[in-house]
Formats: sequence, structure tokens, C-alpha cells
Amino acid sequence: MLSIRNIVKQYANHRALDDVSMEIEKGSIFGLLGPNGAGKTSLIRIINQITAPDKGEIWLDGEKLNPSHISKIGYLPEERGLYKKMEIGDQMLYLAQLKGLSKSEATKRIKYWFEKMEMQTWWNKKVEDLSKGMQQKVQFVATVVHDPDLLILDEPFSGFDPVNAEIIRNEILELNAKGATIIFSTHRMESVEQLCHSIALLNKSHKILDGRVQDIKNAYRNNTFRISYLGNELPEENLEIFQLITQKNSVEGMEITIKISEGKTTNDVLNLLLPKFQVTELNEVVPNINDIFIQNVTNNQL
Amino acid sequence: MNKILLIIEREYFSRVKKKSFLLLTFLVPFILLGMNALVVYLSINGNDQKTKVSVIDESGIFISKFKDNKSIDFIESVSSLKEAKKVSSKEGGGFLLYIPSNIRTGGKAEMLSQKKPGISVLGTIEDQMNDILRTKMLEDAGIDLITLNGIKPDISIVSKEITAEGEKDSNAGAAYAVGFASAILIYMSLFIYGAQVMRGVIEEKTSRIVEVIVSSVKPFQLMLGKIIGIGLVGLTQFLLWIILSTTLMSVGGKALMKDPVIDKTEYVKEKNSDQIRGEGLGGQVLNALDTINFPYILTTFLIYFLGGFMLYSALFAAVGSAVDSETETQQFMFPITLPLLFTYIMSFSFIVNNPDSNLAFWLSIIPFTSPIAMMVRIPFGVPDWQLFLSIGLLIGGFIFTTWVAARIYRVGILMYGKKASYKELAKWFMYKE
Repeated sequence: MLSIRNIVKQYANHRALDDVSMEIEKGSIFGLLGPNGAGKTSLIRIINQITAPDKGEIWLDGEKLNPSHISKIGYLPEERGLYKKMEIGDQMLYLAQLKGLSKSEATKRIKYWFEKMEMQTWWNKKVEDLSKGMQQKVQFVATVVHDPDLLILDEPFSGFDPVNAEIIRNEILELNAKGATIIFSTHRMESVEQLCHSIALLNKSHKILDGRVQDIKNAYRNNTFRISYLGNELPEENLEIFQLITQKNSVEGMEITIKISEGKTTNDVLNLLLPKFQVTELNEVVPNINDIFIQNVTNNQL
Repeated sequence: MNKILLIIEREYFSRVKKKSFLLLTFLVPFILLGMNALVVYLSINGNDQKTKVSVIDESGIFISKFKDNKSIDFIESVSSLKEAKKVSSKEGGGFLLYIPSNIRTGGKAEMLSQKKPGISVLGTIEDQMNDILRTKMLEDAGIDLITLNGIKPDISIVSKEITAEGEKDSNAGAAYAVGFASAILIYMSLFIYGAQVMRGVIEEKTSRIVEVIVSSVKPFQLMLGKIIGIGLVGLTQFLLWIILSTTLMSVGGKALMKDPVIDKTEYVKEKNSDQIRGEGLGGQVLNALDTINFPYILTTFLIYFLGGFMLYSALFAAVGSAVDSETETQQFMFPITLPLLFTYIMSFSFIVNNPDSNLAFWLSIIPFTSPIAMMVRIPFGVPDWQLFLSIGLLIGGFIFTTWVAARIYRVGILMYGKKASYKELAKWFMYKE
């Protein structure tokens, strides 16, 4: 769907993006992650054709990015903004028409979305009369009203209360199910971990990691398991088989985290434990994106 | 292109629908009418109080031939010059007209009083005296009065020619006034509408909607759409003002003038004197204004308003894009204001008096100063080649400033929380697309 190739963006004395490449599959949910100032917004602006890269190319659906793609992209900027004194309905119409919809088509779509989001009564209200959460909803509708193939959402959940965040989340998933490709840009990893199929990690203008979430997680697995069992004694450590990392004593029994040694499996551990304890739970500890992110960013700084 | 139209449409209607726009558009013509009515009223009724003029006529030609009118009563003085002077030197003593016996051979009549007589009083007396003396001289020269009266219709044709001569004179005054007025209007409107462009840009930038919009259109389109939209608002306002004012003036003016005009015409007839003066100051200005080519002035005014507006509002837009709030605009406003202010001051101190001088020529050719300077010169007559050169350069000028401004604008609107300096602006200007 979207192919980003060797993008370089240079500002006067600051390189915002340095040779960044990534592939975003059609119909996927893609997480563009990185700390503030990593270059996420610069990259998004280039995809949106707000600015142009100094080097590199972007291809969308097999075509080099060009102005005709504008109507295929929906963009929710991190800094939300609407005309404060303009009526919501007019404003939506204006923004939808700027995206290339005809007036009648725009009216139809806006009505559909307003109904869906229970905003019908807002048509003649002004933005300044709405609460912040309501404004966010309006902004979201403005982003998706032209039914874009590619939806770029910069920090989509900031500013929403949990209820509305859930609504928006579901809408996004629904759009994705209908075929829209979605790019999340955020520095809050936990919000995208369950949603994203693939991610790319940006730090200091460089891409430091990308791939499918599952693959990345697998790559960062290090044979760590969490085991719960009844009893309050620790198993005898056997370095040949495992290494004890943490331990926690609770009412129900013990919870330990262990790292299984090279070449050994959970079966070897269980063989050791089962004669002495009643094992109630065994889970692999998979690193979450946040850990991987922090690990990578700190490594990157060294 | 279609998108620019959308932007223009929004910028235009969001402003035209505003209450403040409607209020201003409809209020100004009424204020103008009110001011006009005041001028007319004052020029007609300003000297309600009759001026009493005592006359000592040593020549014996004039006495008893003076005619009282609405504002002056002539009284034949019976006292001696010395006594009369004494009376007149006191406060409220009235005026004393002393006519020496040698008035026909170059003697000067004197108006003696404690305070200065008004121009209209002096004028009326001079006119009457000239009339009386002329009649006397004609009689003395043996010209038959009946013949003279027979010739009268011819004389009125002759006096029309004289009026044509006089028109030139009053034309200069009217040109002066029209030049003044259009220069002030252009100066003010450049600031008013330019500031609207700037505020619009700042509004979009601070409300952050600009990022949503430039993901749909090019920054240049947004800027140009805004400028054109607001320019059209200005144009609409001017056209409405012109239409409303002229309608109001002709309708309201007639109603207002009705009474006094009849009075006046009688008065003029009675006075049998120079018609223009007879209609008073208001009439004089109106007559003079009639001689000005208004369609021409209006057309050039609109051209220079639009050209100047496009030129300056592009710069205003660039300033708006470089700041985060209106309070920060000061440092950038100065260089924009400077040429305008300079031309404005020069217009009134120099160009109106020397509309064909070298300085006036150059100021009316250089695009940054021409909208004001040329408008001052136009009522005095400007050669076509100068006009076309000036308009051509103005068009070139606004293409240039729009180009420069667009390069700053496209970067500026996406820069938040950074205080821009001139160095910064230069950097933005140099950025590649």
C-alpha cells in the first residue's frame, strides 16, 4: 500500500529524517512509534504532502505520491484544530469538499457519520460551544468523512475520556475491517500494542526497528516464564536448567519468574517442579512493545 | 483551482455574514449622509443672525441701492465717520462700511468692526457694490439700461463661459479633495483588510486547523484564497458604500435640500449675482464635484485598492504565519507600515501640491507606494502611459510579494512556539519545497 523509500528531510541545521524506509501493508494497522522529536510528525507531513522530502520517494498503491492521492488520505493531526466560530455542519462540509467530495455527497456522508456518532443536534453549533471531547469527535468525523483508503492518526486517543476513546477505537477497527489502512503515530506504546499488526520505531531521525508486532516480540523473547504454584518454598535452583529472576509470595502460593537455560524447555522445568509442588500456572513472559521500545531507545543512545 | 474557489467562498461568506460587516456597511453611508447634511445645514443656516451693516457712503453712488438679504441688513448711517467708528469699535457694535468718495478712481472701501466679518458677508457686499458700480458706470457710459436688459440673455451665456473658466479653478479644489479622500481611503483600507488577512492566518495557525487544511490543499492555495476572499469582501464593502451613499445622497439630499434650495434660488434671483457663490459653500463643492470624472476615478480606485491590497496583504499573511499571536506581530509590522506611512505623509504635504513633480512621479510608479500616491495624482490628470506603467508594476509587485510571502508562509504556518526572527524568516524563505 504505502512504500516509504529512503526519505531524508533536512531543516536548516537539523536533520528530521535520515534515510528512513518502511513498507505498510494494505489493510493493516501500522504503528509509527517513537519519542517526541523522533521525526514522526515530519514523516507524516511528508506522506500528507504538506512538505516534501529532500531525498527519497513515497509510493502509494504502486503510484508515486502525487496530489491526486490527497482525497485518499485522512489525517488527524496531533494538534487538533477547527474554526472556532464556524458552525459544525458548514465546517464539515468545507473540509469534506476540500478533500474533493461534491457538496451533496459530502452532506450525505456527514449526516451518516453524525447519526452514527450521535451528533445530529450539533449541526448548527459552533465549535467553541462544544466540550473538548465533543470537538475531538467532530475532528474525527472530519478525518474519515471522505472515506479514505489510508488513515493517518497522530495520537488519536489523547484528549478522549475512556468512553469516547472506546467509541473511537471501535470506529477505527470497523474502518480497518472495511479495508482502510491505518497508521497510528504515538509515543504511548500501550495504546497501540493490541491494535497494531506492524510497527516501526523511530528515534532521533532514524528508523531503528520495524516489522510485524508478533515477529518483533518473538525476536525479543528470551525464554522467560512465569510460574505459579501452591506452597511457600522456593525450588532448588538448578542453573543447568533455569535461573531464578524474581519471586513473589502470595496467599495462594508462590509466583516466580525464571529464565530457562539454552537448550532446555519448559518440560525440563516442570519435571523438576512437579514432584514437589502443585503447579497452577505457567506463562511465557513476552516483552511488551514498551519494553522493547525503551530497550531500543536506550541502546540507541549509548 | 476548484479548491481555491472553496477557500475564497468560505473566507468571503464567513466575513460578509458577520454582524459587524453588515453594521459597518450600512452605517457608514448614513454617517456620510449625516455629515453632508451637517455641512449643508451649516452652510445654509450657519449665519442665522443677521449682520447689521451701517453704511457711510461718501461717493453717494451706493447708498440706498444696497439690498438687504437673508443675512445682511444695510442701514444708512446718519452719524459721522468718527462717531460711527466709535460705535463699531464697541463690542456688538456691528459693522461699518465706509465708502470713500474716490471709489471710482481706485479708492478702497473699508469694513470697520470690532470683530472680523465673515467671508460670505464680505463677498456679498463686494458683489453688490460691483453690480451697483457697474450699472452706474454703464449708465454713465451712455448705455441704455433697456438695451442692457435686452442684452441680458446674452450676458448669461457669456457668464457661462466665465463659469467654465471658473470651473478650472474649482476643479483644482475638487481634485484636491478627491485625491485626499481616495488616498485616505486606500491607506486605511490597506491596513484594515490587510490586518484581516493577518488575523485570519493567525487564527488558522493558533486553532491548528491549518494542518488539516494543508493536508488537503497547498499552503499557497490557502493563502491566495484567503487574500482573494478578503479582497472581495473589501470590494463588496466599497461597492455597497458607493451604491448606498449615492442613493442616500440623492434621495436624502433632495429631501434635505428642498426647503433651503427654494429659498436659495429666490435669494439668488434677488441678488442677481454670481450663481455659484449664491449656492453657498455646499453647492460650490457639489458643482465642482460634478465636473470630476467619477467613473474614471472609481475604476482606478478599485484597481489600486485591489493591487495595493494584494501586494500588502501577502506580506501581512507572511507576518501572520510567522507569529503565534497578534501581540508578536509588532516587529514585522514596522517595515510594512513604513512605505505606506511615508507615502501617506508625502501625499498630503507634497504630492497634492506638486502632482507632476519627479518625486510624485516616482512614488506613483513604485508598487509599494503607488496605490496611495497615484490616487492623489489621478484627479489632477495623469498621462496614460504613466498609469499603465504604474498598474503594470503594481501587478508585478504583488506577484513578487505573493511569491516571497508564500515561501515564508508555507513554513511559518507549521511552526509553533518558536519566536521567529528576520534571520529565521530568511531561512524559511530558502527552504526547498
